[in-house]
Amino acid sequence: MEAIPMIKLEEVYKTAINTLEFLPGKCANCGMCINVCPHEVFRSGQKRVEMVHGEACMECGACQRNCPTGAIRVDSGVGCAAAMISAALRGKKEVSCGPECCD
Amino acid sequence: MYHRVEPGLYSLGDPTPESPVFVTANYTLSFDALRTALKDFDSYILVLDTKGVNVWCAAGKGTFGTEELVSKIESIGLKKIVTHQRLILPQLGAPGVAAHDVRKRTGFSVEYGPVRAEDLPDYIKTHQATEEMRRVRFDLKDRAILVPVEIKNNLLWALPLPIILFIVSGIWMALLVLMIFVAGVVLFPLLLPVLPTKHFASKGIILGSIAGLLIWMVRFWVDNWSFGAVAIGYLLAYVLLISPWVGYISLNFTGASTYTSRTGVRKEIFGFIPVIAVMFICGLVLLALSSVADSMGW
Repeated sequence: MEAIPMIKLEEVYKTAINTLEFLPGKCANCGMCINVCPHEVFRSGQKRVEMVHGEACMECGACQRNCPTGAIRVDSGVGCAAAMISAALRGKKEVSCGPECCD
Repeated sequence: MYHRVEPGLYSLGDPTPESPVFVTANYTLSFDALRTALKDFDSYILVLDTKGVNVWCAAGKGTFGTEELVSKIESIGLKKIVTHQRLILPQLGAPGVAAHDVRKRTGFSVEYGPVRAEDLPDYIKTHQATEEMRRVRFDLKDRAILVPVEIKNNLLWALPLPIILFIVSGIWMALLVLMIFVAGVVLFPLLLPVLPTKHFASKGIILGSIAGLLIWMVRFWVDNWSFGAVAIGYLLAYVLLISPWVGYISLNFTGASTYTSRTGVRKEIFGFIPVIAVMFICGLVLLALSSVADSMGW
């Protein structure tokens, strides 16, 4: 008899190098994360989406924002050393692009 | 800051109530890319107020976002203008817009099109983006476009410093700084994928070491040096002055790339800034020692 693939509802898939977390137990398989990801981190699967390139995540936050069931968590922000260093030098916590930076 | 389009609804060609609605930022270049790609299509373009910032950066800040989109749909009365309830957004606007929330609040369903406007004519045929259309690239052309921007951002030190150093200490220090500028600002963006190692800073340190070796070889030949302690001292000094500086410039290029994450860059800053500082200080000390030894005729 073939084993039925099971998944714990609270299971969390993580990567070692960034803050991306995928909770397949919550995934409704809508595929929105696949549509919005610029680095093909997710792939469509049978019952739920699969996280296949978690390490390629640049933490833009598009998947989390567009996931209707809250199956993706990521601490999003800009991967820009110039912005982080200038924010640190000016004693600011908020790091982002815009008129203060790159303009 | 001055490249703004007035936010609102624009018609392209001769749209009917069935024509598609494309959403973009009020940054001139974003708007122009979109209308150029759509020149043969009768359609509506909904321009959000992103304060003149492009789609990707505005989405990150949230100005290209759910709130702004919902408020524009309502203030314009889009429901009375088109009979369908579909919006096509650029994929890179997704970090700011929650498609399911927009639908809940306005009835309009959000469809994420391709990353690049130029792919829109193909996209419209099927309303299905290929993997190629979804992927963000960073090829030679993309990187070459950034070089003039990098040059402009670095002129503040790259222009006066060689002149000052030339007056204070002569041609070689001036050339050394120019070498840093060329390697870090011009060559690094172009060579990014072919430089070994993963981190931007270490790639820059490698490139800077080669630059240091090159300028030393030129001086060795021009000044007719003999190979000894002084020459080796200068070699180490040049490498240790140029490579950390190029490494620092390279580290600052992370934000211009299309794939670095905040977590990764934070680790890189904490890991490499101390190394860069120590290398540079060692370089200064070695340069001083070599110059003294040189002037004493060792």
